[in-house]
Amino acid sequence: MSRQAPVRDFAPTVQRLRIRYAKRGRLRFTSHRDFQRALERAIRRAGVPVAFSTGFSPHPKISYSNSAPTGAASEAEYVEIGVTVECDPGLVATALDSALPPGLDIVDVVVASSSDFAARLEASRWRIELPEADRAQVEAAVTAFLAAEEVEVQRLMKSGMRTFDARSAVAEAFLVPESESGAAGAPEPQGCVILELVVRHTTPSVRPDDVLSALRRVADLVPPAPPRVTRLAQGPLDPVTCKVNDPFEPDRAGVE
Amino acid sequence: MRRVIRGSDPTGYPENMTVEVNAELIAESSRTRDGASVFDRLERLLPLVSKPIQYVGGEVNAVHTDWESADVRWAIMYPDAYEVGAPNQGVQILYEVINERPDALAERTYAVWPDLEALMREHGVPQFTVDGHRPVGDFDVLGLSFSTELGYTNMLTAIDLAGIPLHAVDRTIDHPIVLAGGHAAFNPETISDFIDAAVLGDGEEAVLLITDIIKEWKLTGRPDGRIGLLQQLAKTGVVYIPQFYDVEYLPDGRIMRVTPNHAEVPWRVRKFTLMDLDAWPYPKAPLVPLAETVHERMSVEIFRGCTRGCRFCQAGMITRPVRERSITGIAEMVQNGLEKTGYEEVGLLSLSSADHSEIADVARNLADRYEDSQTSLSLPSTRVDAFNVDLANELSRNGRRSGLTFAPEGGSERMRKVINKQVTEEDLIRTVTTAYAAGWRQVKLYFMCGLPTETDDDVLQIATLAREVIKAGRAVTGRRDIKCTVSIGGFVPKPHTPFQWAAQLDHESTDSRLHKLRDAIRQDREYGKAIGLRYHDGKPGIVEGLLSRGDRRVGRVIEEVWRQGARFDGWSEHFDYERWMAAAQVGLAGTDVDVDWYTIRERQQNEVLPWDHLDSGLDSEWLWEDWQDALEEVAVDDCRWTPCFDCGVCDQMSTQIEIGPTGVVDLPMPVVSRPSFVATGGGA
Repeated sequence: MSRQAPVRDFAPTVQRLRIRYAKRGRLRFTSHRDFQRALERAIRRAGVPVAFSTGFSPHPKISYSNSAPTGAASEAEYVEIGVTVECDPGLVATALDSALPPGLDIVDVVVASSSDFAARLEASRWRIELPEADRAQVEAAVTAFLAAEEVEVQRLMKSGMRTFDARSAVAEAFLVPESESGAAGAPEPQGCVILELVVRHTTPSVRPDDVLSALRRVADLVPPAPPRVTRLAQGPLDPVTCKVNDPFEPDRAGVE
Repeated sequence: MRRVIRGSDPTGYPENMTVEVNAELIAESSRTRDGASVFDRLERLLPLVSKPIQYVGGEVNAVHTDWESADVRWAIMYPDAYEVGAPNQGVQILYEVINERPDALAERTYAVWPDLEALMREHGVPQFTVDGHRPVGDFDVLGLSFSTELGYTNMLTAIDLAGIPLHAVDRTIDHPIVLAGGHAAFNPETISDFIDAAVLGDGEEAVLLITDIIKEWKLTGRPDGRIGLLQQLAKTGVVYIPQFYDVEYLPDGRIMRVTPNHAEVPWRVRKFTLMDLDAWPYPKAPLVPLAETVHERMSVEIFRGCTRGCRFCQAGMITRPVRERSITGIAEMVQNGLEKTGYEEVGLLSLSSADHSEIADVARNLADRYEDSQTSLSLPSTRVDAFNVDLANELSRNGRRSGLTFAPEGGSERMRKVINKQVTEEDLIRTVTTAYAAGWRQVKLYFMCGLPTETDDDVLQIATLAREVIKAGRAVTGRRDIKCTVSIGGFVPKPHTPFQWAAQLDHESTDSRLHKLRDAIRQDREYGKAIGLRYHDGKPGIVEGLLSRGDRRVGRVIEEVWRQGARFDGWSEHFDYERWMAAAQVGLAGTDVDVDWYTIRERQQNEVLPWDHLDSGLDSEWLWEDWQDALEEVAVDDCRWTPCFDCGVCDQMSTQIEIGPTGVVDLPMPVVSRPSFVATGGGA
């Protein structure tokens, strides 16, 4: 095909905005592609001056990183957009949040200060709610898992069934004390055991369901009801405290 | 708790129901009819099914109305998967029209896939709406929009999962009215056991009228119970209540007569016709689903109805007369819709969009407006006309030119005269030459197989035509990468068309003709590789034919096939022809008729057709004359540009053609208030 792309004036990218968003409630069932479409349309509805690539079919300049699996809720998803006009990140946050359906919520927007963002996302903190589970049994399974050096699990990937270690990527795993269970939001139903994990981002990535497979492997733990998974944070990992820090810190400090 | 429900129905339906239902739980969901959400129970099942997003709702522009504030509550269903049903314009329009009333609410429900259906039955979760996740059994009306008959089995699943008795006669005052609309409702006889009512024609005013009647009935203490409400609906003359009519048959299986069995019930039920499209600019806020759907774009209906007179086309016959939306109305809907949805593509919909009296100005104005906005416009261009190419060029000014679609429908000149598709081979070649010269590389051509009087030769001429198209394309561009895709659909005769009397072609002959065509294209060394051929086998068309022109006796076949597991019959991976034929054996046992009798049999003029008491406005004499003209290969013109030929619609329905031009040629550029994101002090 030798037709030339039509000559058009494309305004260049003058600013990159980093967006933290949450996937909550029933909209946790959106897939990554579902969110992509929703965001592109929200950008158009809100009138955010997003930059476009050139060529036959111009695409808005949006880059996604590390999205949570379909069905998992998240408080810490990240996306970056290029804009053609310098914007106030606070105004963009408000406009995009009201253009997105409730449940896909903008948490924070900052102006990008450097281009190393993906590297800052070293680990995730996950919260796994296990309704109707037996606390002692979960505790024993977690102890057995942490005691193991390696726990092989299988997952079906695009390339086929793969076997990999789910243990070494887990920096921390513990049960949230019962007294705190209801603290993070809605009161938990009785008998809901809450597990928190800090998982390093590795290849292949170890996901919460892989850890659940591992718990089944080491201690025959089978959740009586479908677990509810939420990503609480993503960012640089403090290797000593196992704290997952805010990846926007360098941007806020204006570090070049 | 769990039990197997067996058909215990006095009309003698086969007692072989094998579907297990956690019936008590489902019944409990609807006992109080308080519309309480079942989402908590559903949510636990969602991690276990494919594409759970389709069941959670949460679309941009979805409406949330308080349950208690509404006197009349509608559950509107498109009886197919969410990905097909969510973009449906009919459902979106009615959803908005009802929700705009302060005294009514509408929520949507779609067919659930078998994986979720099994879990819902196991855990006793009822059919739910995606808006409020309320049990469908709690609503006053379950309104179904049937674009095709292949959604009938999905309707039975939904009714059953809602805890509503399958048969209308078994329902009580505590069950919703099951109401059918859409094109298939012009012959609802095959589903008359399962529906309480059917509405023909445009739904906007129909749902308002029905809402009024239900409200009045509820507020006056539900006089005479369920039957009382059905009587009020029947009295209007525009709502068909099948159980108020008796059908008697002749010894040879044909219908003897259809007679009302209730006082104040009309002999014939009229269709609804909405006259002023500009006064009904719906949907005003199109839904933007989160899940991926079959139409990732916004649609604006630019006119309703078509008088081209293609004899196979049920849509063109039952939606007369032509009623246009004005250029101003179209532009307002496009602008408003884009602002509210954020879609990047707009389709200008109608049955033959290039026929709009102001289409050139519409295309130019819209192309001007959206030239620099990354918004693409499309016109489903089905007519073979060089003018269509000009329009497509205009609309794709800023986009790429990949493919154009034309529908000659018949392979031979003779065939096109029979079906009244007035296109010559020269027209087609001239049109595609224009398209290829303008930079389009791929042309898609739609044809039908199995048309009345068709021979093998008529179908083989499709290959000849495709060859000429490639030849012309290569000549005008000097290139060899010209492509032409030929898509062939099997013809199914439909009620309220001149071909309603025709014999449908049996599936063996359909397949044999298509194979001959395939071989002819394959053997063509020079052009064969440039021609893509797409077709399906003839078997699904036979089932569609049975359901399209069937009568009340076919209801048993539908129920039987559903009990045997039929679901999603429009999907080839779910459709099972053998299961349908086995069900027909059971369902039609004891009658003198069979599938062949309904499908491949030609009808005579004096036969009472199952839908004769349903008035589409078309004069039966005219339809018959047009059928005779078809057999004699006589063409009929379009009444928009030639004198009326008395099809009967305008006379009987007191309507008239509503077309422009309005005289508005240039629209002012819209005032777009661009939001500012620039920091207003202090900096970022």
